[in-house]
Amino acid sequence: MSEDFVFQGWRRPDGRMGIRNHCLVLATVACAAGVVREVGRRLPNVVAVEHAHGCGRGGSDMGLQVKTLAGLVQNPNVGAAVLVGLGCEVVSAALLKGTLASSGKPVETVVIQDVGGSKKAADQAEALARRLLGELEELPRQKGTAADLTIGLECGGSDTFSGLTANPAVGKAADRLVELGGTVILAETTEMIGALGPLLKLAESEEVAAKLKAKVERQEAWAREALGPLADVVMAPGNVESGLTTIAEKSLGCVTKGGSSPIREVVDYADRPGRKGLVVMDTPGYDVESLAGMAAAGAQVILFTTGRGTPVGFPAVPVIKISSNSELFEAMPDDIDLDAGVILAGKSADQVGEQIMDLLLRVARGEKTRAEINGQAVFAIAQQGPAF
Amino acid sequence: MAVLGIRVHPRDNVAVVAADVQAGDVVRLDDGTEIRAVDAIPRGSKVALGPVACGEAVIRYGEEIGRATKDIAAGEYVHTHNLARGK
Repeated sequence: MSEDFVFQGWRRPDGRMGIRNHCLVLATVACAAGVVREVGRRLPNVVAVEHAHGCGRGGSDMGLQVKTLAGLVQNPNVGAAVLVGLGCEVVSAALLKGTLASSGKPVETVVIQDVGGSKKAADQAEALARRLLGELEELPRQKGTAADLTIGLECGGSDTFSGLTANPAVGKAADRLVELGGTVILAETTEMIGALGPLLKLAESEEVAAKLKAKVERQEAWAREALGPLADVVMAPGNVESGLTTIAEKSLGCVTKGGSSPIREVVDYADRPGRKGLVVMDTPGYDVESLAGMAAAGAQVILFTTGRGTPVGFPAVPVIKISSNSELFEAMPDDIDLDAGVILAGKSADQVGEQIMDLLLRVARGEKTRAEINGQAVFAIAQQGPAF
Repeated sequence: MAVLGIRVHPRDNVAVVAADVQAGDVVRLDDGTEIRAVDAIPRGSKVALGPVACGEAVIRYGEEIGRATKDIAAGEYVHTHNLARGK
């Protein structure tokens, strides 16, 4: 199968390949959310994204917001975008558009205060989005291969089986994709606390190892400063209910999803990898913020493992949900795409890894994931400082 | 009937039980090793494969996941009541 990892995608002006061809209607600030939601109601084919960001934070957080929002527009699955701003915010439509010139994509803007309020803004944004949707339909498709793919890895609602079934199986798929020339992003720095042992063995160079170590140690220091003794159990209550006792136990299971390829590079949140192969991105463990970082870096698809069961998806980027146990697969069939719990019944991680590669190819060829079918798409950016 | 216990690495001194275990049940690893549970252990939780003294490392995936906060006997349920990670 994998020798024929070929799909028909959309080559963007910057050379990267989309597996979807979405028109994004993006709020640049929380205040534009209502307008964006209204456009989404009128035009179900657009990807309408609202969020709580765009103003009221310190300099470094505002920088992260601009980088992440711009990265979302530049994601190869997005063909064109309408940016909807309010007019008096920090992350204005003009500012964001200014950072996007090099992407070569059609980007239009609507500013609520300039056009006379919400209703007129929604009318204008709808008209622009209609035009862009028509233009996107005319774009020819081109041949893409595994080497065109960047996949993000995520686990959420982990249980003790995650590190025995779903994560090792994803690790096998990650190894295969790297062999085929693709890029794999392992994220969630919180879930590397206590797992530096196996990770450092994969570092390609001393420089990569030193950077990885510094990131994980800093994350642990932050956790210790903020949470005190709870830093050793920096997990959701459901993780502990499932039998996970310490963050190290959770982390050691989490990092198996990266597979066994050399780690080529460590990048900051939402930064685009400069290398192919396995790369590590510095993100929080909090799923929705971690997904935003990987999508902004250009991931066209996410492999997401779960033991407790989570419906979370992401705008414009298909999320493939893989259960760590078959009870979950049976209990939440509408949210889970593939069951790795069969490993407990005797299947090998290699076999399930191959199933994941098959599914990845089908999704690259257009098959919708459960999260896409369910319209599950949340968006949040990792923030560090206080709100002002 | 024996319940499957999953040990990932030969160094591990705990295994994860694949089904709910009652006190007195046998947990069997894939290499045939058997351990008799002394506690009820919920599915997905850990059973001690041998005694672990207070302060000693609890090992899973071949790596330390924390230290015993009290003496743990072979067959005991291992979770937050007797295992913690701390500096």
